[in-house]
Amino acid sequence: MDFLRPAGWSEALEAKANHPDATPIAGGTDVMVELNFDHRRPETLLDLTRIEQLREWSRTERNGVPTVRIGAAVPYARLIEELGTTLPGLAMAARTVGSPQIRNRGTLGGNLASASPAGDGHPPLLASNAEIELESVRGSRTLPLADFFTGVKRTDMAPDELIAAVHVPEGTGPQQFSKIGTRNAMVIAVCTFAVALHPRRRGVGTGLGSAAPTPRSATEAEEFLAGALAEDGQWDDPRPLPASVTERFGELVARAAAPIDDVRGTAGYRTHALHVLARRTLSWAWDEYRSGTELSGRQRCA
Amino acid sequence: MSDTHAPAHRPQDLDDAIAGGVGESPLRPDGTLKVRGDFAYSSDLWAENMLWGATLRSPHPSARIRSVDIGPALRSPGVHAVLTAEDVPGRNLYGLKDIDQPVLAEDVVRYRGEAVALVAADHPETARRALDLIEVDYEVLEPVVDAELAAHDDSLPKVHPGGNTVRYQPIVKGDPEVTADVVVSGTYTVGMQDQAFLGPESGLAIPAEDGGVDLYLATQDLHTDRKQTAAALDLDPELVRMTMSGVGGAFGGREDLSMQVHVCMLALRTGRPVKIVYDREESFFGHVHRHPAKMYYEHGATRDGDLVFVRAQLYFDGGAYASKTPVVVGNGTTLGVGPYDVANVSIQGWGMYTNNPPCGAMRGLGAVQPAFAYESQMDRLAEALDMDPVELRIRNAISRGDTTPTGQVLDYPAPVAELLRRVRELPLPEAPAAGAEPDIRDLPGGASNTTHGEGVVRGVGYGVCIKNICYAEGADDFSTARVRLQNVAGEPLAMVHTAAAEVGQGLVTVQQQIARSELEVERVNIHPNDTSVGPAGSSSASRQTYVTGGAVQAACRAVRERLLAITAERFGEPAAELSLSGGKIVSRESGVLADIAEVLGSEAIEETREYHHRETFPLDERGRSERAQVQHAFSAHRAVVDVDTELGLIKVVQLDCSQDVGKAVNPESVVGQIQGGSAQGLGLAVMEEIQVGEGKIRNPSFTDYLIPTILDMPPMNVDVIERGDPNAPYGVRGVGEPPTISSTPAIVAAIRAATGRDLTHVPVGPEHIIG
Amino acid sequence: MDSEITLWVDGRRETLSVDTRTTLLDALRERLGVTSPKKGCDHGQCGACTVLLDGRRATSCLTFAVANDESEVVTAEGLAEGDEPHPVQRALLENDGFQCGYCTPGQVCSAVGMLDEVKSGWPSYVTEDLDESVELDEDEIRERMSGNLCRCGAYANIVTAIREAAE
Repeated sequence: MDFLRPAGWSEALEAKANHPDATPIAGGTDVMVELNFDHRRPETLLDLTRIEQLREWSRTERNGVPTVRIGAAVPYARLIEELGTTLPGLAMAARTVGSPQIRNRGTLGGNLASASPAGDGHPPLLASNAEIELESVRGSRTLPLADFFTGVKRTDMAPDELIAAVHVPEGTGPQQFSKIGTRNAMVIAVCTFAVALHPRRRGVGTGLGSAAPTPRSATEAEEFLAGALAEDGQWDDPRPLPASVTERFGELVARAAAPIDDVRGTAGYRTHALHVLARRTLSWAWDEYRSGTELSGRQRCA
Repeated sequence: MSDTHAPAHRPQDLDDAIAGGVGESPLRPDGTLKVRGDFAYSSDLWAENMLWGATLRSPHPSARIRSVDIGPALRSPGVHAVLTAEDVPGRNLYGLKDIDQPVLAEDVVRYRGEAVALVAADHPETARRALDLIEVDYEVLEPVVDAELAAHDDSLPKVHPGGNTVRYQPIVKGDPEVTADVVVSGTYTVGMQDQAFLGPESGLAIPAEDGGVDLYLATQDLHTDRKQTAAALDLDPELVRMTMSGVGGAFGGREDLSMQVHVCMLALRTGRPVKIVYDREESFFGHVHRHPAKMYYEHGATRDGDLVFVRAQLYFDGGAYASKTPVVVGNGTTLGVGPYDVANVSIQGWGMYTNNPPCGAMRGLGAVQPAFAYESQMDRLAEALDMDPVELRIRNAISRGDTTPTGQVLDYPAPVAELLRRVRELPLPEAPAAGAEPDIRDLPGGASNTTHGEGVVRGVGYGVCIKNICYAEGADDFSTARVRLQNVAGEPLAMVHTAAAEVGQGLVTVQQQIARSELEVERVNIHPNDTSVGPAGSSSASRQTYVTGGAVQAACRAVRERLLAITAERFGEPAAELSLSGGKIVSRESGVLADIAEVLGSEAIEETREYHHRETFPLDERGRSERAQVQHAFSAHRAVVDVDTELGLIKVVQLDCSQDVGKAVNPESVVGQIQGGSAQGLGLAVMEEIQVGEGKIRNPSFTDYLIPTILDMPPMNVDVIERGDPNAPYGVRGVGEPPTISSTPAIVAAIRAATGRDLTHVPVGPEHIIG
Repeated sequence: MDSEITLWVDGRRETLSVDTRTTLLDALRERLGVTSPKKGCDHGQCGACTVLLDGRRATSCLTFAVANDESEVVTAEGLAEGDEPHPVQRALLENDGFQCGYCTPGQVCSAVGMLDEVKSGWPSYVTEDLDESVELDEDEIRERMSGNLCRCGAYANIVTAIREAAE
């Protein structure tokens, strides 16, 4: 097995162009599992850990929206530490990834490249309408995350492309993330759900994990809720949400799921749990919005 | 064995001199090595010129082997040997009770994961690659996968030529047909649990010049391993020398052979040291698991709550080979009514062969499964009688002088009612203050943020259990200890040598404590466990402090007797008037006579003793026996559980235990055993299950076989009482197993209390709770 | 394919040639004879192989040796000062924070790394104010040690030991 260790980004892109079969590796927490279990035996690994720029994040603006550009190799621990208030939904999800050791090394870019339906980082990115920046020696392109996932562990990436960064619009309203696991720590999701309220554009974002072949949004639920909030004038004068609204939102989220039975849970349970999570996370997010917290999503605490 | 052949990082004497005799809690003599990372586990061993072994396993639960072609594997560079059943030098069968399991499969494979061929190569990766080159032609057969069906349907294929029943045992007491005012019944199932010790199977075999082999390994029982290995290798047992290396947990999973014969075969064939280390996935195939069970129960009681009868049919799935299935059936049926006094009992137990993964020993052997069922039944009965479940248990609790279903009179304390009363009195956790926002870390789901209190209901439940201690039903159960007392640099030093496996339970500490108390010396070293001393039996059945403790005590007393005799002669005082105290020999008449070291001079006193506990007897065809089991132990748990009733997620908030340990030889270790046993019972209650479909394990990894983390295991109040057993050394009563048994039903009872669900299967999953 | 790398292991400079497929864990155990990091699960789900990699706790089974050229690795063996165990080691010993001991070197490294994370102000899951210093109570220790399994179930004593060592 060849192990390529480019020192810089352009060198990495060159390497990927020359070795389109090379498996990129950063934190290693996804790729190494596959290798240790002999599920994969790549000829070439492309180690991205030496590339400084992949380990940086910055505030930018995209289409007039304040956005955080997160380099593909920023580990989860830093998302929690440094972006907890700016991207609360993502930070909440990052806190549930693997173990503290894994969070020290695992990266969002790696998670995206693996494209596991169970990736914890995906739902909050979908809920925030994040975009992914791919680059190759041919140039760079940015596409909505929803278009990036094409199947179970499959993506839209060309063989010569690498993930450069993820662009996540800064939160303008409450965000929540919930993950079901059958243990109280260090567990792969049975299912996950993320919701983000976007008061500035009067929109709602959602993301579902372990609920379909790819991470996905519950578009119908988003539209229903945005419509209901607009219709009742709730954005400007927030009042408690009628149970009928939260219930309907839960139903539509559950309907967006196409889960399977596997060793971690049944399809029936996943659908049920997503319904409950959608209802609960919406009510938490809405409570926060009502209490005037402009930007929150942080955990409540005794 | 000459030192030049010794592995690097070999097991060493434990010589930490830490004061503390029986009843104290000195630090572990192996503790410093363990915290510093210097303790040599079997997987840490290494020898010059060493090869690596790997095992080819059957992909099918049931198949006929048409042919095996090892040619391509053998020609592969770096490969030094490829062995199949034909290469087994001696008897190609082994087993703990029934000798029914091939070392390497011959014409058939009976479970997915059965060993078929072996490779030795100069690199582990090379060995694994070579496995892929071995071509086995299988004729796949329909597997037998349902134990209950196997017990009654003669048309099913026979897993073994003698049929599918490993053991059938009925227990009948009183009138099996009697009726009662109130009757409750239920069907309960227990999933397949794994020991999941953290250090996977491993061993290093070094061929010796005398034609024998030295094996360094992690096991629970050196001599039983040796006996089986020698027979398979066709060697005199004296030529198969085994030395215990660090054991990374056991819990029953190291009672059966795994790599022992394989690694020795490869070493003897290649003439080089060979090491085999399983990875986690292989470990799931390489050892036995806890028997899944299906249990039909019927309890009858008077309106006042006195048990009138218990009737039950228990089906244990033993998988492809017998292993400890006969004992599981014995324990399951004899203990099947629980720690209760019942006049009329009718229990039938079946242990069956199937093509599922083989099942055998795990902590609480055979007692875990029925405890879940009978305690669930007691709760059902309490509900039917509108009685408090603890009061119902106390009312029917067995006590000293009562007769068990097998007709054995309990001639030692059996403080079951007292344990229940005590555990009930332990402080409960504070309920969250009304209106306060909860800390999500304390809620079901924890940091995964699934609830902020919505749907969360608290429940409290109780469980109590009975477990037999030591081997039973007529087994000659004994251990051996050699104790040597000598003068080292003017100080008396005792060396304790046994074959009893330290698996983390603290046996080396206990041995030191006993020697210190008996010989009144400070310095006690522990010799590495090996087969150069007599058998100790297995570190299982909560028996080692009892039997090996007894052997060390006896050997120390024999040494003391000789020491006092020498002193008596030298000082002209009657030996009966002499005693040991603080490293000195003291005469009742004239006070201190001499230092022990001084009397020893350059002579060492060495004595070897066996300790046999009281005789037990087999069950007859109605399950009667004057003494089927030598001792019983009891524990009671109370669980406080928060359940997210909408999502089916669980947080065990507190788990408390009262247990009678007879005599706490090491109080801190006793608490550690209760904590650890309870954690494994918690695992069975809410998360641990090997999922088997059509004979295949679907979750052989720590990603999907979940064991409790530090966040799943709640704080415990542990209440230890000491009601000594007059028949046992120091009055000890086995400690390790009971807490694994009573914790599971207590937790499930608490979940029932919170949810109102029936919950007839463990582990309880979210699906069971939301219904 | 082999590559030559240099590792600083427990203060020693080690130059070795490793196959690119070799994990850091295997390089330590099989090539350098540093056996205190243990193999428990092969995929980061047990924590027994935890080491301090350039000061941060990491599961050494999930990183290649070649990816760590010139890195500093500290294992449980390297934490003691001569004969004197590290305070975390001493606290585990004195509080009986282990039974079989197989997970212990990983627990030790994880605890040392965790205490350092707390010292540098890493927020907890539930820290109310992200800038506030963390109170290392029992809940917080459990949360932060949740990547290290102990099958013997010595968790209660592990918590006590870490609290003691933190003081």
